[in-house]
Amino acid sequence: MASITLEKLAHSYLHSPQVQADFAVKEVNHTWEDGRAYALLGPSGCGKTTLLNIMSGLLKPTRGRILFGDQDVTAISTAERNIAQVFQFPVVYDTMTVGQNLAFPLRNRGMEASYISERVARISQMIGLDAHLDQKARGLSADLKQKISLGRGVVREDVNAILFDEPLTVIDPHLKWELRTQLKSLHREFGHTMIYVTHDQTEALTFAEKVVVMHDGMVVQIGTPQELFDAPAHVFVGYFIGSPGMNFIPVSLEGNVAETNGHAINLAKDYGRPSGKVVLGIRPEFIRLAKDGGLPVRINHIRDAGRQKFVSAALLDAGPNAGSDTEIDIVVDADIEIGEDMTNAVFDPAKVSVFCDDWRIEGGS
Amino acid sequence: MDKPVNQRAWILVLPVVILVAFSSVIPMMTVVNYSFQDTFGGNEFFWVGLEWYRELLRSERLWDALGRQLLFSAIILAIEIPLGILVALCMPKKGWIASLCLVLMALPLLIPYNVVGTIWQIFGRSDIGLLGRIVSDMGISYNYAQNAFDAWVTVIAMDVWHWTSLVALLSYAGLRSIPNAYYQAAQIDQASRWSVFRYIELPKMRGVLIIAVLLRFMDSFMIYTEPFVLTGGGPGNATTFLSIDLVKMALGQFDLGPAAAFSLMYFLVILLISYVFYTVMITTDKDGATQ
Repeated sequence: MASITLEKLAHSYLHSPQVQADFAVKEVNHTWEDGRAYALLGPSGCGKTTLLNIMSGLLKPTRGRILFGDQDVTAISTAERNIAQVFQFPVVYDTMTVGQNLAFPLRNRGMEASYISERVARISQMIGLDAHLDQKARGLSADLKQKISLGRGVVREDVNAILFDEPLTVIDPHLKWELRTQLKSLHREFGHTMIYVTHDQTEALTFAEKVVVMHDGMVVQIGTPQELFDAPAHVFVGYFIGSPGMNFIPVSLEGNVAETNGHAINLAKDYGRPSGKVVLGIRPEFIRLAKDGGLPVRINHIRDAGRQKFVSAALLDAGPNAGSDTEIDIVVDADIEIGEDMTNAVFDPAKVSVFCDDWRIEGGS
Repeated sequence: MDKPVNQRAWILVLPVVILVAFSSVIPMMTVVNYSFQDTFGGNEFFWVGLEWYRELLRSERLWDALGRQLLFSAIILAIEIPLGILVALCMPKKGWIASLCLVLMALPLLIPYNVVGTIWQIFGRSDIGLLGRIVSDMGISYNYAQNAFDAWVTVIAMDVWHWTSLVALLSYAGLRSIPNAYYQAAQIDQASRWSVFRYIELPKMRGVLIIAVLLRFMDSFMIYTEPFVLTGGGPGNATTFLSIDLVKMALGQFDLGPAAAFSLMYFLVILLISYVFYTVMITTDKDGATQ
């Protein structure tokens, strides 16, 4: 086992990529530390699977290197890299029994029969397949088939890393929780590096210690779930993490005062005078409705979701280009009454993020 | 609630009933009718009961032809199925070369049977045929018109040339339908090339292979034109397969009664063997699914 380092890694599916847009993965520099559980989060088509396949050796990167520890493995075959990978859709060997399926990766590596049977018994028990060991894999439900795939992924003890490519897509919701829990306990028990690709933020945030967010072929932020929530490094992270996502308000910024449509917003820090397109980001959870003291809003509708109320509102425009109201979402606790006269949105200054040309900028005091 | 009863619905199936009656049922019943009677021409018929059947089952002629036929079909399947799979495995997966391969493969399938027969008949002649000449010049005695073994080799070569493409195309279609993730998983699991074939490709091709085996069996079991064009069933009776024998009996000797009995038994044999094939393959399929 070793850490996995991606060095200036880029990949294009085209023969002779010319511009940035030709690349499915644009330059990625990242180290996956040994023994950690990571989630690789991003929307469909952002290059997650490509990155995964490059790490496992199924794809050869157009540029850059992959290191396992200090060893350059860029040119080394999948088998030699000794990596396990579980795919989005269950892959089972139809004509084999469940037990033979689980034993297959071990048998191909010439392990001893006694070790194989002991290992298969252990894994099948951990992921709840022990009752099916002698059944043919063909004709089992999608859930069980994906359990077999997962089992084949974790059956080898000596792998450098286990990569999961949206493995729970085909699984029933109530089983997703169970399987994810099992994966976490497998991680605790064996301490493999696990990289879990998903576009589901709940899945990413509950599975991983660290979440790597990808957007448009780039890694935009790496952090704990809390860091992603509190201090998104890129507009995309703010938008993608959280439900509903972060609100963005285009402003002109000077020092610690932001101005939007004739209204001033006081910020906690001094940002100087950034050049570029500046937007304020504020999470719906950190906006409060009040009678005065904030930005005037018009409440469009309120959706009561039990514990919370989701308010959809529009910032009223006082500036010259009236009519282009900015829509914002506000989340309010269910026990707070929203009165007729609460037409001001107050931002918690400490929770406001500032982005210049899509990237977060930090202010000084 | 009562279901509405409307007998007029029968009218809707009438066209099919008429079509099937004239294309299958009536001709078939005519054959059945002939098989129980004897005739000396002049539209005079005498009832002979099961006489023709008894006679045929006792005659060596039927059994010899059946034996040759079974051997021929067995050889054809044993060559064409593995060869077709092999060709499909070797074909490129995409690009213009793949399209070119598909077109080239489809070509033999478009050639009429008697043309195939004629092509090989000339190809194999030792005086003017390219193949026959080369083989003879190499010092190997080869003459399909005189040597039974040579005639067999030629008929088999013809059939393999003509029909292996079909197996290859079907297998290729089966192979292309396997999702890429299977190959990737096999790579991750460090499966050998043989394991990939044995545990992924072969099971996934199963459906199309059942069809390929059935089609090739039925077609080879009814082979007529190629040996007829080549040697007319000879030398001697060496390539007299069931259908050739049947035609000799019906049109050569004009023994309508025995020929009718012959064709009915021929039909039953094909039906029986196809049924057994199908059942065996489908049952093992189900076993795999339910066990």
